Amino acid sequence: MASSDPSVMIDLNGVRFSYADRPILQGIDLTIKKGEIVAIMGGSGGGKTTLLGLMAGRLKPSSGSVTLDGFDVPHLGKKDLYALRRRIGMLFQFGALFTDLTVFDNVAFPYREQTDLPEAMIQALVLMKLEAVGLRGAHRLMPSELSGGMARRVALARAVALDPALMLYDEPFTGLDPISVGIIGRLIKRLNRALGMTSIIVTHDLNETLRLADRVIVLSGGKVHRDMAPDEIRETEDPFIRQFADGLPDGPVPFHYPAEDYLTELMGS
Amino acid sequence: MTGRMAAILESLGHLLTGRLDRLGLAARFAGALVLVLWMSIRRTSLIIRELYFSGVRSLSIIAVSGLFVGMVLAVQGYEVLQRYGSTESLGVIVALSLVRELGPVVTALLFAGRASSAVTAEIGLMRATEQLAAMDMMAVDPLSRVIAPRFLAAIVSMPLLAAIFSVAGIIGAWIIGVQLIGIDDGAFWSQMQASVDVRIDVLDGLLKSIVFGTAVGLISVFEGYFAAPTAEGIASATTRTVVISSLSVLMLDLVLTVMMFRGLS
Repeated sequence: MASSDPSVMIDLNGVRFSYADRPILQGIDLTIKKGEIVAIMGGSGGGKTTLLGLMAGRLKPSSGSVTLDGFDVPHLGKKDLYALRRRIGMLFQFGALFTDLTVFDNVAFPYREQTDLPEAMIQALVLMKLEAVGLRGAHRLMPSELSGGMARRVALARAVALDPALMLYDEPFTGLDPISVGIIGRLIKRLNRALGMTSIIVTHDLNETLRLADRVIVLSGGKVHRDMAPDEIRETEDPFIRQFADGLPDGPVPFHYPAEDYLTELMGS
Repeated sequence: MTGRMAAILESLGHLLTGRLDRLGLAARFAGALVLVLWMSIRRTSLIIRELYFSGVRSLSIIAVSGLFVGMVLAVQGYEVLQRYGSTESLGVIVALSLVRELGPVVTALLFAGRASSAVTAEIGLMRATEQLAAMDMMAVDPLSRVIAPRFLAAIVSMPLLAAIFSVAGIIGAWIIGVQLIGIDDGAFWSQMQASVDVRIDVLDGLLKSIVFGTAVGLISVFEGYFAAPTAEGIASATTRTVVISSLSVLMLDLVLTVMMFRGLS
């Protein structure tokens, strides 16, 4: 079994998942090694975020196995799942900062909830994490006073507070200006190297992804369409990836939502 | 004709199963909430924060409403009592109406509008902005960190607010009855003292408001927790909290009152 291999962080085997009756994932096989930065790409609604939910045990697959660092995630009890999650950090799409807490208290949250560290120590740790994302000077602000990019950086500081072994990023670049995209991208890479983490990035920002990732997984139709190095993506002739990379409106991913014949509908039956 | 009947029956059935489904969800939610209650009782600082937002911030509306309700009761009561020449019983009438009924019920209705609606909106928005999911991912159970303290705060605030409502009401009645109309001060208080029973009146009223607090608290956190993560979803969840809370309070009041009086006879 692949999961007994100590160099493997995540192993998905034949994972299927549906919302109500709508199939989202139709048999995903995927192995991610420790220390890798892996980008998962694909169209909107293609099950990328669902995949993160399955890895973190927030969702259960309808069939197939999810193994994280040797643990059978879907069958863990709440206590064991929470023990595992202490070693996982997740950056949410819009940061998901607690709006009733200051920046400082947001980053202090994991320490206060999960450790018995004295307050003086927590203060030092929080300021160190905020310094790493360049926002030590903003620690007294409320989340509503931050720009989108700053909020995402504070959320990143909070997500890595407990030095997780695995970081999950859900659309970390969405809605940010190019400067912030660059900053977040560089931080992801730096944190990954400095803390020896494994990083999984769900995104559709191709440029930043190619600069960042060791490996790019392209999802299509609920399956792994291609699994390739960033350089290969630039050259590939694969029509789906080309449409994606070049931003073409029509192609393997149709521009039109399925509809009945245009003329018939306009003229009435 | 039969086709239409069938369609009506079908939609009625859908309505019924939909409601039952929701009720089942609420019951399972309440069960899960009870399981984490003990853990969150120990986090007193979290509960105190919610007590401030739900309880302390409701003080002014409760006290002012109580004062006016007491004043109106005094005017209405005096008008009836003077026909029988027993105006000095005004204190008893007002105190019993407030402590047994109006205190707990009106407080619960005001609380649902003032505090519970805000709790529903807050939790619904926390869900929509993935704050609850983020907490869950940090291995902190939102049920014990966010939901339980708000639920407990409602249970604790409600009887205290109801007591304040009743006290304000009695003071209002005293202002109208004794100060303005001129009923004998001593008779007003001594009759009240002689006729209001701690066990039958005060404790039963307290019990009522604890039950109301539990119901209103549960409804507000439930509606917030399962609110659809959209503007309309949160708006309709907030409305549902106020409507369902108010109806539940009035229904529970009938049930409790019948049970309490049956216990007496």
